[in-house]
Amino acid sequence: MAEKRIRIMVAKPGLDGHDRGARILARAFRDAGYEVIYTGCHQTPEQIASAAVQEDVDLVGLSCLSGAHGYLFPRVVELLKEKGADDITVIGGGIIPDQDFQKLYDAGIKEIFTPGATLDSILDWIKNNLKPRD
Amino acid sequence: MGSYFSEETVNKSEELTKKWEDEVAHATVQSPDQKPRWSTVSDLEIKRLYTPEDIKEMDFARDIGAPGEFPYLRGNQPTGYRGRYWTFRMFSGMGSAADTNARWHMLLREGQTGLSTAFDFPTLMGYDTDSPNSRGECGRCGVAIDTLDDFLTLVDKIPLDKVTTSMTINPPASVLWAMYCAAADKKGVPLSRIGGTIQNDMLKEFIAQKTFMCPPEPSVRIISDTVEFGTKYVPKWNTISISGYHIREAGSTAVQELAFTLRDGIEYVEDVINRKGLDVDSFAPRLSFFFNSHIDFFEEICKMRAARRIWAHVMKERFHAKNPRSWWLRFHTQTAGCSLTAQQPYNNVVRTAIEALAGVLGGTQSLHTNSLDEVLALPSEHSVQIALRTQQIIAEETGVANTIDPLAGSWFIESLTNKMEEEAWKYIQKIDDMGGMIAAIDKGFPQLEIADAAYRFQQQIDHNEKVMVGVNKYVTSEEQPIPILQIDEKVEKEQLKRLAEVKRRRDSRAVSVDLANLKNACKSGDNVMPHCIQAVKDMATLQEICDVYREVFGEYRDPGLF
Repeated sequence: MAEKRIRIMVAKPGLDGHDRGARILARAFRDAGYEVIYTGCHQTPEQIASAAVQEDVDLVGLSCLSGAHGYLFPRVVELLKEKGADDITVIGGGIIPDQDFQKLYDAGIKEIFTPGATLDSILDWIKNNLKPRD
Repeated sequence: MGSYFSEETVNKSEELTKKWEDEVAHATVQSPDQKPRWSTVSDLEIKRLYTPEDIKEMDFARDIGAPGEFPYLRGNQPTGYRGRYWTFRMFSGMGSAADTNARWHMLLREGQTGLSTAFDFPTLMGYDTDSPNSRGECGRCGVAIDTLDDFLTLVDKIPLDKVTTSMTINPPASVLWAMYCAAADKKGVPLSRIGGTIQNDMLKEFIAQKTFMCPPEPSVRIISDTVEFGTKYVPKWNTISISGYHIREAGSTAVQELAFTLRDGIEYVEDVINRKGLDVDSFAPRLSFFFNSHIDFFEEICKMRAARRIWAHVMKERFHAKNPRSWWLRFHTQTAGCSLTAQQPYNNVVRTAIEALAGVLGGTQSLHTNSLDEVLALPSEHSVQIALRTQQIIAEETGVANTIDPLAGSWFIESLTNKMEEEAWKYIQKIDDMGGMIAAIDKGFPQLEIADAAYRFQQQIDHNEKVMVGVNKYVTSEEQPIPILQIDEKVEKEQLKRLAEVKRRRDSRAVSVDLANLKNACKSGDNVMPHCIQAVKDMATLQEICDVYREVFGEYRDPGLF
């Protein structure tokens, strides 16, 4: 049987419109051979969690540059758990101060990428850490 | 038609260039160039040397001319910066209206000459702080404004007849402008005496910044309402700031920024003429522009010079404007946020200084300089002061304001200006052929052109073909964190309390009537502005007014192109 292709959702939670990074990543994931779903801007955590379950994705990459990551990122993880989909890996990126990292890790965000992270470093992380869901 | 140089000069130059080329061919065998191709940050290829041959086709009077004269390549003002410097205008807003008011007074004390407002995301998107969509966002990216009550706090002790205020606000621009008008009224300042700018440029939102509410067509209609209202009642107000800044920040090239911005301008002018039947000369002098000043020094200067010349031709030849002020392209500049690095953040002071200098040499009317920490958070008071001082040093110490357009006549500068103009016209033509900018946006054309450029640049960084110091070269392993401004979570709680209090004490019946009147105006095509002003005076909230727009015109959803 052919190996299942990994599906990645790139999502923009909240009201933030800074989508340059999110869209570049969506392209980079596609070019690397993943199946990519990009939500577009202005998604609520509820919309993101529902879409992630519906689309049966293996990874959700959240991008937020507005400073609202402290509420939005953990909320997505929480909602995935409520939907019995806590095996979907959630990572995040954006303008995120160092002092917020631990809180986000504790809330279940597996990795955080900030300005200056190369596309390769993000792709490597996925290659080394992501197991497709059963 | 007089060419720029005599035939003799061109012949001599060609002869010298040929000799020089032979020497270069010889020298590069001994020591090859560091890289095969040299280009701007936008990937526009630049030659090793520019000579008179590069601009021999130019006609001095037609293409360059004098400052204050068509085609305004050298600036709108015949006196340059000697009459007055550009406006030192720092984009600023955080937390509550009272927090931002305090920052504004500090900036005015420090010699800032104009105000510029940053709103938080709920305000930018037309939501109140108590909307479920606003959770976690209050006061974080700018100031939270829900009602006129907040707005009056924002402008407390600000002399609205003396200071001009810019507001970076787009879908709800009519509402925030209505609040400004109502605040002026309360302070006893007539509308004819207030001055400032609302960004009010929705096309670039669909293209790049992604702060949108209603679909493009009705969005442009509301903008035309504001232009009409300003033309009749608020003659010193710039009702649109046609913006390239966000297009560039989204990753466009300099040429794309130039072309898409000016093509957006054309779309607005057409709509006001067609929908409102206004004479072009009655409103065109109040159109303003807003450009990015990125790190590629000469490319930016040439972009700004080219912008003035293109717009002068557009207004004169396409729209047959007769008033020279309609031919002017007046613009604000902001240094490039996307050129700054989180790594070694003090380097950002240097980048910003160079970018600000480019803006000044490009002839900007107004300037915001980014603070060194803006890549990490809203700027601290200390870092804002350094950024403001950067402008003041350029104005008062460096001597660059002594003479007008000092780089004019440089073979390279004029040649690059011409090249960028030529490339911009190609885009403008292409978008004309598609049926205009709204049609182009529907096709995703500008969005995907920018996405291509952004992706290309990221790959160039990743492959070390372009350098960002501290990111992919000259990296330091140990970085000391710098202090950054934090927005307290209690800002949101207190804002919710204030909003509830206003809703409790206002006359809800009056608000309902106002909103019904606004709805009728939306449907009938009457100007929305008088209804917005009445509604905010009666303490209708920002979202209540925007919900009327959403209900009548529908909501636009991000198509998520990548």
